[in-house]
Amino acid sequence: MHTSIPNKKYSGGDEVLRFLLNRLGQSAILLLIVTIITFFLINLAPGGPASTMRMDASPEERQAMVEKLGLDQPIHIRYIDWITNALKGDLGVSFTSSEPVVQRIAERLPYTIELTVFTIILSITIGILFGVISAIKRGKAQDHVINFFSVLGLSVPAFWLGLMLILLFSINLGWLPSSGVGARGADFNFWGWISHLIMPVLILTTTVLPNIVRFTRSSMLEVISQNYIRTARAKGAKESIVLYVHALRNALIPVVTIIGVLIPRLLSGAVITEAIFGWTGIGTLILEAARGRDYPLVMGVTVVITVVVVLCNLIVDLIYSRIDPRVKNV
Amino acid sequence: MDKILEVKDLVVGYKGKNGFVRAVDGVSFDINKGETICIVGESGSGKSVTSMSIMRLVEFENGKILNGEISFKGESLTTKKADEMRKIRGSKISMIFQEPLTALNPVFTIGKQISEAILFHHKIGKEEAWKEAEKLVRLVGISDPEGRLKQYPHELSGGMRQRVMIAMALASEPELLIADEPTTALDVTIEAQILELLRNLREEKKMSIMLITHDIGVAAEMANRIIIMYAGKIMEIANTLDIFEQPLHPYTKGLLESVPKMDGQRGVPLKSINGSIPSLNEIPDGCRFSPRCPFATEKCHQEAPAMETRGDRQVACWHVDYLLEHSLLDVEEEGEISIES
Repeated sequence: MHTSIPNKKYSGGDEVLRFLLNRLGQSAILLLIVTIITFFLINLAPGGPASTMRMDASPEERQAMVEKLGLDQPIHIRYIDWITNALKGDLGVSFTSSEPVVQRIAERLPYTIELTVFTIILSITIGILFGVISAIKRGKAQDHVINFFSVLGLSVPAFWLGLMLILLFSINLGWLPSSGVGARGADFNFWGWISHLIMPVLILTTTVLPNIVRFTRSSMLEVISQNYIRTARAKGAKESIVLYVHALRNALIPVVTIIGVLIPRLLSGAVITEAIFGWTGIGTLILEAARGRDYPLVMGVTVVITVVVVLCNLIVDLIYSRIDPRVKNV
Repeated sequence: MDKILEVKDLVVGYKGKNGFVRAVDGVSFDINKGETICIVGESGSGKSVTSMSIMRLVEFENGKILNGEISFKGESLTTKKADEMRKIRGSKISMIFQEPLTALNPVFTIGKQISEAILFHHKIGKEEAWKEAEKLVRLVGISDPEGRLKQYPHELSGGMRQRVMIAMALASEPELLIADEPTTALDVTIEAQILELLRNLREEKKMSIMLITHDIGVAAEMANRIIIMYAGKIMEIANTLDIFEQPLHPYTKGLLESVPKMDGQRGVPLKSINGSIPSLNEIPDGCRFSPRCPFATEKCHQEAPAMETRGDRQVACWHVDYLLEHSLLDVEEEGEISIES
């Protein structure tokens, strides 16, 4: 009479491993396609490193530059050269600074990670909190206030808001430094670090926070009208348990997905934010690279950003399968 | 007999554009201890809203008890504070719902959802509650309780899920179980099993059951007494046997005639009640059933009949006497119906 039920879920680490390998395979293909598109786009764009030379450079000098950088080779040969080296871990040498690309990225990446990690933590906690409040207090004052600021955050451009903040806090009040990353290394001090972070994090947060708030709100509203919420109440659950245990857990499932989608937006937002606040991260690096026609550097930064986005989405998928038992692929 | 639940003049409204729309409009009935009562009616007749009002769940869904009194074992439920009412829900009065798929939370295990129902009302440890949940799951006839408790709702069949819902409702040994169309979403064989389970549990636990259904056949199998509802009002209340032997209300008669019969003749179309239930915004004047009633007269269209008591049954119709007189004749076979009023 005893029938055993096969436990399909959590049947060990095997499935997780298979999932990861599968995803890594897909990611490798994606990465390859991204590098091809970027390489051809930047190389086929008018102008080139030689066009960024001094105005008085002679045509011979320009030609010498082109030959020195190997740009006289056909484009597909150059791509094959680049990808062969890249696979060995060599992303080439920057045209503009003659330093290895890997080294330049390694110097800048930690700053961007700092900026985005703070932003993500802030956006997720505040975003979910406000989204939930907005849903629970639907149609009441709290909802309207949150809604107003969400729309404001979505519609005000980050560069304008950044400049206004600088005007207020740096120039008029003199409370916060207007640019830079603060002293690092031996001179590092906590307040100096935080004071430089506040405004860039705030600006970057406004680019993703409203999306999370609005998405959490609508997701929460949808869940609240589900039958299982009625069941929870019929069981005699307190409202706090109904909302924060039964409803929120379900409402977060789509929110996790949207966070995955927002990560690329966060990185592109970082370019603008870093430029405004002189934050020497990947965002300013990519601007320098594009402006100086620094092909290897552009390629290097592209690869790094793609890898970061892919990794973040992988993490999001892993979290997703943890909070939704119906997802079977992990 | 002890009355466990008394409902008097219950009016329940939902907020609409022009004030409240009355989904339940002056409903009175009671349930005795150990009795199974069935509320039968078409969709939109207000039967679910009645049950949700007893649980005071309407107020979470934009509804409001506008008038009337609900008392449970002599205690008024309508005046209870939210937190006092919460303590009654799931312990003294439990409820199971129509859609066992969507009525269970998809992200929690069966065990968590059942043991939670126990923990809301009893001061015991989590492990103890889990053991109780195991007993309940066994009680409702689920094999391998240990394994099932660790599963999620989507891993169970519809019938299993409804059993889980029942187990959950029984967590605190309720005195009244409200079952809102518990078998509507299930196959007929599973339906029979679930009804059988409810009957057995009723005997074992000595609880009262209020079963809501649109299927008068289900009511026949389960009920001691049947309440017929239409458009927010009660049309007839009677013992199950009486209803089937002699319906006193034309609506009841119509419902009974629209049930397919085993000895029915081939080729003869199944009878149905013409028209459809009115929307809450356009409730007809007079008797609410009058636009669809084959017996309706001018009086019916103008004046709503009050509930009147006939022996141990109640009915709201102007033509009760006529229906009683013609009890043995199929009225339609007589040809033209003419009633002087």
